[in-house]
Amino acid sequence: MTLSAHNLTKPLLRVANICKSYGSRMALHDASFDLWPGEVMAVVGESGSGKTTLLNAIAGRNKPDSGLVEFLIQENQLQNIYDMPQAQQRLLARTEWGYVHQNSADGLRMDVSAGANVGERLMGLGERNYEKIRQTAEEWLKRVEIDPARIDDTPRTFSGGMRQRLQIARNLVTQPRLVFMDEPTSGLDVSVQARLLDLLRQLTRQMHLAVVIVTHDLAVARLLAHRMMVMQRGAVIETGLTDQVLDDPQHPYTQLLVSSVLQP
Amino acid sequence: MMASSIASNHEIAPEVNFAYLDERTKRMIRRAILKAVAIPGYQVPFGSREMPLPYGWGTGGIQVTASVIGPADTLKVIDQGSDDTVNAVNIRRFFERTAGVNTTTRTHEATLIQTRHRIPEKPLVEGQIIVFQVPVPEPMQRLEPRETETRTLHGLAEYGLMHVKLYEDIARYGHIATTYDYPVLVNHRYIMSPSPNPKFDNPKMHMNPALQLFGAGREKRIYAVPPYTAVESLAFEDHPFEIQKWDTVCARCGSTESFLDEIITDDSGGRMHVCSDSDYCQSRIDLQPEK
Repeated sequence: MTLSAHNLTKPLLRVANICKSYGSRMALHDASFDLWPGEVMAVVGESGSGKTTLLNAIAGRNKPDSGLVEFLIQENQLQNIYDMPQAQQRLLARTEWGYVHQNSADGLRMDVSAGANVGERLMGLGERNYEKIRQTAEEWLKRVEIDPARIDDTPRTFSGGMRQRLQIARNLVTQPRLVFMDEPTSGLDVSVQARLLDLLRQLTRQMHLAVVIVTHDLAVARLLAHRMMVMQRGAVIETGLTDQVLDDPQHPYTQLLVSSVLQP
Repeated sequence: MMASSIASNHEIAPEVNFAYLDERTKRMIRRAILKAVAIPGYQVPFGSREMPLPYGWGTGGIQVTASVIGPADTLKVIDQGSDDTVNAVNIRRFFERTAGVNTTTRTHEATLIQTRHRIPEKPLVEGQIIVFQVPVPEPMQRLEPRETETRTLHGLAEYGLMHVKLYEDIARYGHIATTYDYPVLVNHRYIMSPSPNPKFDNPKMHMNPALQLFGAGREKRIYAVPPYTAVESLAFEDHPFEIQKWDTVCARCGSTESFLDEIITDDSGGRMHVCSDSDYCQSRIDLQPEK
């Protein structure tokens, strides 16, 4: 379904005051934001700042102790994702959402061909025509710049960059509205990173995707994100437009972060 | 003129309860069977008992048979279609001794049939029960070994994974390579392993007038297909399900319709094809004029 920006009154994703503690340790404290279709938001911070906890809380993988996570299931209707029946949440995760893991092996079936990896969501939704599945898989492999001749090869034979691109194809094949990415470029060398970021930029724009991308790399945030949220020790210390936050950081921690970026 | 092949009047072992299992165990297993019949294709856990033979030799099937068998039943036991293999003979003797029931080799005379890896060629009728011996009840076991996951997948009918396996076969071999234990969709809801029957037998399960029961002793699961239930083999629209075919006929009875076993007859590679179902083959021979 397409949501025209003109008649939207509710955001695609609404996160309100979510908190998560592990015993006495506060991993996430009072995080809130709204996300609209086509918006890319980066969550940055050092290791242990709570970025992945936040991502998993809003992706339905780790229920917060308090607060609300609501998704726009149909026009003008937000629903708490933790109140949904498990079947509905899982269906959402396979159709309207995508989740790109940091380690591509977590997001792929390593012993099954690339074509089957891309086609799995379609088969799960009832697609029963082998040729159609294969064609769709080929199109997507081309779109993520993997040689379609490798459709029958398993991801074990792919390089790290190819595996990440395959993971993206696997997630985007059902035209999701919202994609969660957990440090998708970590572990890749600079040129491969650049290629992947370029691809992500193209795809998010072409498909009008809303994306929440967790990263510790400010350059990734600058390149991909419209908005940015800076986290430190579980708390959100600064939010704003990416350019604004990076060029005019207010909070001392953000200033420190921005100033420590290596200039080549 | 065919002589009756029902054997009767066995010596019942006096120190053993009817059909070996105690009555409370039978009741527990019957409850599991009722649940299984109420939810066709769904695997019901049960408390598999210690049986006088190890896992892997049909303990699940024997427990199901022992729980449903009565003194008036006539039992047939086959293994790979044949009544006279070692396992079939021993299981039949087990029930002769512990239940004293009549036994037979003729499919149409049996009220209860226990089988390993084949369904008889002669169509079953209402009132018959067929019990299958099952090694691995979970059809997705090789793809997803975690039972915690497969339980959720079955519960939510998330069967994309099964089709991934079929897709892989076609991508790798050009056709679906599974020839036995071919997964089926039961009552349009649960995907089930039909036990390691050849896929040749899958169509027989569809809308069968008999009650089909499945027992896995080691894995401790019972499942069932009630009479007249839809059983469809999984496939793709453009790669439909097909059964095996041979380009030869049974060397003994000439059948062109039954599942054939290939038998090596000598050391120089001589071979012949014979019906796997020994009763079916013999019945056909009996009907043919004397040569």
